[in-house]
Amino acid sequence: MTEDENPPPPNGGSALAVEDLHKSFGKLEVLKGVSASAEEGDVVSIIGASGSGKSTMLRCINLLETPDSGRIWVGGELIRMKQAGRRGLVPESQRQVDRIRSTVGMVFQSFNLWTHMTVMQNLVEAPIHVLKLPKVEAHERAESLLQRVGLIDKRDHYPAHLSGGQQQRAAIARALAMEPQLMLFDEPTSALDPELVGEVLKVIRDIAEEGRTMMIVTHEMAFAREVSSKVIFLHDGLVEEEGPPEQLFNAPSSERCRQFLAAGEY
Amino acid sequence: MDFQLMIDSIPQLLEGAWMTVKLVALALALGICLAIPLALARVSKNPFLWMPVYGFIFVFRGTPLLVQIFIVYYGLGQSEAVRESIFWPFFKEAYWCAIFTFTLNTSAYTAEILRGAIQAVPHGEVEAARALGMPRLLMLRRVVVPRAFRLALPAYGNEIILMLKGSALASTITLLDLTGVARVIVARTFAPYELFIMAAIMYLALTLLIVRALKYAEWRLSPHLRPPRHSK
Ligand SMILES: Nc1ncnc2c1ncn2[C@@H]1O[C@H](COP(=O)(O)OP(=O)(O)OP(=O)(O)O)[C@@H](O)[C@H]1O
Ligand SMILES: [Mg+2]
Repeated sequence: MTEDENPPPPNGGSALAVEDLHKSFGKLEVLKGVSASAEEGDVVSIIGASGSGKSTMLRCINLLETPDSGRIWVGGELIRMKQAGRRGLVPESQRQVDRIRSTVGMVFQSFNLWTHMTVMQNLVEAPIHVLKLPKVEAHERAESLLQRVGLIDKRDHYPAHLSGGQQQRAAIARALAMEPQLMLFDEPTSALDPELVGEVLKVIRDIAEEGRTMMIVTHEMAFAREVSSKVIFLHDGLVEEEGPPEQLFNAPSSERCRQFLAAGEY
Repeated sequence: MDFQLMIDSIPQLLEGAWMTVKLVALALALGICLAIPLALARVSKNPFLWMPVYGFIFVFRGTPLLVQIFIVYYGLGQSEAVRESIFWPFFKEAYWCAIFTFTLNTSAYTAEILRGAIQAVPHGEVEAARALGMPRLLMLRRVVVPRAFRLALPAYGNEIILMLKGSALASTITLLDLTGVARVIVARTFAPYELFIMAAIMYLALTLLIVRALKYAEWRLSPHLRPPRHSK
């Protein structure tokens, strides 16, 4: 680990770069040295079999999991971490972590809206208390986002009164309300009934088209193929193959990737 | 059964009931203020925070309230240091000894209830707060504690009722709470049956009020569990 305050990411990755990430849970080694990067405006899809480490990798980016080793840059800024004995890495500055998290939106498989707050309250909470946005401005921002995701008439409803698709759209709006420079999606449609998947994918496609940098873990291959500028195939804790969607889906060079796509069991 | 005596005793018993209400309300109010930081310390990973709180809770849950009152009321007065301290005017009074003991006792139970509730807050909601860059204290204040309060309410309601009944022990250190007043009248009239029946009825009435208030509080605090209003 260098002592340099902020070395630039080694192989590009102006929006996001991870280098040689390792992560184990007990004896189970989940990430075995993953490197990946995204330039501004990139939409990167991560695909791979269940248990291959997709969620773990995504969760390392905003330090919901701390990697055992490796380096992470968000928007060109290195997240400073130090070795803490046998516990592996720990962030050097929680302030830096909180600040970076506030610029990285995350959308979870299970929505994770705050159930004791209305949709509107969910959307203005972090802008007001984390970004210190004036209340009026936070509400205006939230309203225009709700308009965009088609939930303006649900603004005063509680999450329990919304369908899964509506909850996920509200959760996406909550993340966007921070005006993040990077959006992370962890299987945003996997918990939804099939007939609700479309409305959520439509919202995500919409955000992709406005040029926001995104990283999406998904099992929706048709969607990944359509929106991505780059696809990463993770296998057993390693990047097995990566490339533009046409190449990866039409002519994968790795045998494992070919098998994974052919089996259709995602 | 001497109904006349029962009716005649009502004004005095009501005064006792008022004392009971004051004792319980003050102890509960102070107790919950103490319990919130205690519960947060209890779920902390730092052993310097959680271990002392664990010990405090263990002691207050593991000993009878009556013994605790006696230690505070009779025990503290024996100590030279306490009698010469600025706290003596306070610990000299049975009333404040009772408030002090009840407060610590209920804060220990409440802290334990809140600890359970804090740990029952869905992990994903906590993670969503972290992912948005909320610092720990902000997350506790805005997401975890409000959420935990709602989860804790039924168990806390139970604690309120237990505290109400436990407060009868104040009568053992000369206080004229509801039980204390009943005992004084019994000593004068030798009519334990009539007086304690009346006291029991008043305790029941107080419990009924508490149960109603709790129901209302639960209703107010959980709009998210009710069907939506269809007016808009
Ligand atoms: N907090 C944890 N503690 C212990 N093991 C974990 C933890 N999180 C993940 N794992 C394990 O690590 C492995 C990889 O998990 P991960 O969630 O990254 O896989 P995934 O690629 O996202 O799979 P899926 O498609 O099923 O979501 C799995 O075997 C999982 O059981
Ligand atoms: Mg996953």
